Amino acid sequence: MFTAKKGRLAAVAAVAVGAVVALAGCASSNPLGTGSNASSAPTTLVVGSQDYYSNEIIAEIYAQALESNGFTVDRQFRIGQREVYLPELKSGSIDVFPEYTGSLLQALDKAAAGGTSDAVHDQLVKALPSGLTALDKSDASDQNSWTATQAFVDTYKLTDLASLKNVTEPITVGGNSELETRPYGPTALKDKYGITIAGFVPVEDNGGPLTVKALVDNKIQLANIYTADPNIKSNNLVALSDPDGLFFPDNVVPIVSSKVDEKAAGVLNKISAAMTAADLVSLNAQSVNDKESADKIASAWLAQAKLF
Amino acid sequence: MNYFTDAVAWLLDPAHYPGPTGIPARLGEQLLFTVVTLVLASVIAIPVGFLIGHTGRGRGIAVATSGGLRAIPTLGLLTLVALWIGIGLGAPYVALTVLAIPPILAGAYTGFEAVNRATIDAARAVGMTELQIVRHVEIPLGLPLLIGGLRSATLQVVATATLAAYVADFGLGRFLFAGLKTNDYAQMLGGSILVILLALVLEGLFAGLQKLVVPRGVAVGRPPVDRKASTRRRPGMEPAITKGI
Amino acid sequence: MTWLWSNLDLVWLRTLDHIVLSLPPILLSFVFALPLGWLANRYRPTRGAILSIAGLFYAIPSLPLLFILPVIIGTSLRSPANLIAALTLYGLALMVRVVADGLASVDPDVRQSATAVGFSAWSRFWLVELPLAGPVLLAGVRVVAVSTVSLATVGAVIGAKSLGSLFTDGFQRGIQVEIITGIVATVLLALVLDGAVVLLGRVLMPWTRRTRRIRPAPAAVLGPMPVVRSVA
Repeated sequence: MFTAKKGRLAAVAAVAVGAVVALAGCASSNPLGTGSNASSAPTTLVVGSQDYYSNEIIAEIYAQALESNGFTVDRQFRIGQREVYLPELKSGSIDVFPEYTGSLLQALDKAAAGGTSDAVHDQLVKALPSGLTALDKSDASDQNSWTATQAFVDTYKLTDLASLKNVTEPITVGGNSELETRPYGPTALKDKYGITIAGFVPVEDNGGPLTVKALVDNKIQLANIYTADPNIKSNNLVALSDPDGLFFPDNVVPIVSSKVDEKAAGVLNKISAAMTAADLVSLNAQSVNDKESADKIASAWLAQAKLF
Repeated sequence: MNYFTDAVAWLLDPAHYPGPTGIPARLGEQLLFTVVTLVLASVIAIPVGFLIGHTGRGRGIAVATSGGLRAIPTLGLLTLVALWIGIGLGAPYVALTVLAIPPILAGAYTGFEAVNRATIDAARAVGMTELQIVRHVEIPLGLPLLIGGLRSATLQVVATATLAAYVADFGLGRFLFAGLKTNDYAQMLGGSILVILLALVLEGLFAGLQKLVVPRGVAVGRPPVDRKASTRRRPGMEPAITKGI
Repeated sequence: MTWLWSNLDLVWLRTLDHIVLSLPPILLSFVFALPLGWLANRYRPTRGAILSIAGLFYAIPSLPLLFILPVIIGTSLRSPANLIAALTLYGLALMVRVVADGLASVDPDVRQSATAVGFSAWSRFWLVELPLAGPVLLAGVRVVAVSTVSLATVGAVIGAKSLGSLFTDGFQRGIQVEIITGIVATVLLALVLDGAVVLLGRVLMPWTRRTRRIRPAPAAVLGPMPVVRSVA
C-alpha cells in the first residue's frame, strides 16, 4: 500500500511541479489548471478536518458546497492535530483541508519571515510541497493571541503586548506545550517586547476550556487562545493587540490537492470571499453556546450567505 | 529504526540533564507522582479489600465496582475533573487514583480469600479474636497477592502518569507532549524509554518484595513447583492465586 | 441534557465504532497469549522473562506507541489497524500472565492422569489443561475486555473515531453533558462486553455452572472434581 501511494504521489508531483512553477507569481489566482486527467473520471474529493470543532464546521461548509456543485465528497473529519494529518495531506490522500495561513506556514518552514496576511499567504504558497496548493485566503481568521482577563487588563491599564511592562507581579503563561518553543512563545515576548515571563504552565487543550478556566482562576495571567474563540467574549477576556507582529496572521485558507479542478476551486474561493471574521466567531458560538452540530451550522451559514 | 538511535542520542545528550526541566528532575517528579497516587489508592482500597476478604461479604459489589472503575477512560476523567477543579496536579491525582484502586482492591481481598479456611478455623480454635486473625493470619498470608495488586497498579500508574503533563508542568509526560507537538520524535521516544525504564526498575523492586514478604511457613508449605512431583496438594491453596491480575 | 437527546444517533454511531475497535484486540490478545503463556508455563526458566517483557508492554505510554507503531509495522497512523495493534499489545500484557497462571493452576495429578490414559502433549493441552484453566482465563479475558474498551478512547487523539471522540469534542466545546455521555457510554459498553464474556464462559464451560451451585462447601475441595468428570 505504501509503495502504491508513493507511486501515485510521484505521478501527482510530476504534474503539479509544472503547475506550481508556472504559477508561483500569481498567488491569489487559482493556480491549478484543469489537469488532463481531472475531467474524465467522476471525482470524489476527500475533505478532511482537524480535531477542532471550528475547523470541522469550515470543512463541513466546504463539503456541502462541493456536493451542491455535483462533486462526491468523502468526509474524513476530526483527524487529529497537525502532527497527525500533515503527513497525509503531504502524501496526497486528502484533497481539501481548511487550514490557517500563518500556523501552517510555520509548521512547514520554521524560519518563515511572516508579515502581512498577504505576505504570509504568498510565503505559504511557496512553502507548500509540490502537489498541494493554497487557494484564496478568507478574511476570516482564527489566530494565536496572548489573552488576559479584563480585570488584569484594567489593573495594569494594558493597551497592547508592549504595555505588559506595567505589570508588577510575576507573569505565568499557559498554553500547549509546544508554545514554549514557538516563535511567538515566552522567549519571543522577551525578545520583541522586553517582557519577562516568570513561568510556563502547559495546558494541552489548545486554548480550550481548561486554559480559559486557568486564566479566570488567575492561575495563569496570559494564555494562548485563538481569536475566533467565543469564550473570549463570554468570559470577558481580552486578546492583547500585537503591534510588532509577534503572531503570524492566520487567515482561513483551503489547502487542496491536484484532484481539485478549476470548478471545485471556484466553489471554495467563493466561500473564502464570503466568510468574514465575524462570521467565524458566530459559527463557533453556535457550536459552543447553542451546541448545534457542524452540519446544521454549515447549512445555515451557506443559506444565509446565499451560496449554492 | 533510526528513530530509536535518535532517541538514544537524545537520552545521552548531557544538555537534557541539568535543571528543573532536565531528565533527573522529571524522573523524580514521575516517581513522586506514582508513589503519592499509590498511597492515596491504597488508603482507600486496602481497608475495603480487607473487610471484603475477611467477612466474605460485598465481593460481588467490589467486583462490579472495580470493573466499572477499570472501564473509566483516564483521559476523560482527567479532563472532566480538571474542568471542575482547574489545572494543576489535583485532577491527575484523582484520575490516576481511580485507575489504581481496582488492582489494589482485588489484591487485598483475593489475598484474604486465598488463605486456607482450615488455617483460619485453627486460629479461631486456639482463641484468636477476629482482629487477631486479620492481623496475624490473613494479612501476612495474603500479603503476596496484595503486593501483586500493588505491582500491577504501579505499572499502570507509572505509565499513565504521563497524563499529568496534560494539565501541569510535571513529570515525564512533558517530554512526550512537547515532542509530539513539535515533531521532535527523538524527545518523544526518549521520554517513553524513560517511562519504560522507570517501570522496569519498579517491577524489579516489586518482584523482590513479593519474594521477601512470603512468610517462612508459607514458603515451606507451598506445593512443590517441580512438575514431576506428584505430591498431593492440600486443598485450598491454588485457585485464587491468579485473580490478582 | 438537550445535547444528548438531539445527538442520540451520534452516540450510537460512536458506540458502533467503538465496538469495531475493541473486539479485535480482545480476541487477538487471547489468541496470541495462548502460545506465549504456554511457553512461560512449560519452560520455567523462560517464565520470568516472558512475563516481565509482556507486562512491560503495559508501561508503554499509549500516545507514543500509536505514533511509533506505523514506523515498526507499517500501519498508517490513523487507520483502525494501528489502534487495534496497540490495544492488542496492551491486552497481551495482561493476558500472557493470566494464561501462564491459569495453566499452572491445573492440578499436576490431573495432568499426569491425562498423560497416563494416553493423551499426547498436544491433545492434553487442548482437551485437559485449557478447559481446566478456563475459569482463570475467563477472569483474564474479562479484565482485558474492560480495559480495552476503556483504552480505545485514546484513538480519538489520532483521528480513530470512538466514544473517546465524544469527550474530546465535548471538552473543546465545553459541553459537559457530552463528556459525561462519552465516559458513561464507555463504562456501559465495557460492562456489557464483560457480561457477554461471562455468558460465553458459561456456554463454553458448562461445568462451572455446576460448581457454582455447590458453592457453600469449600470450593477448593470440590472444585476440581466436577471438572475432571466433565472432561473424562
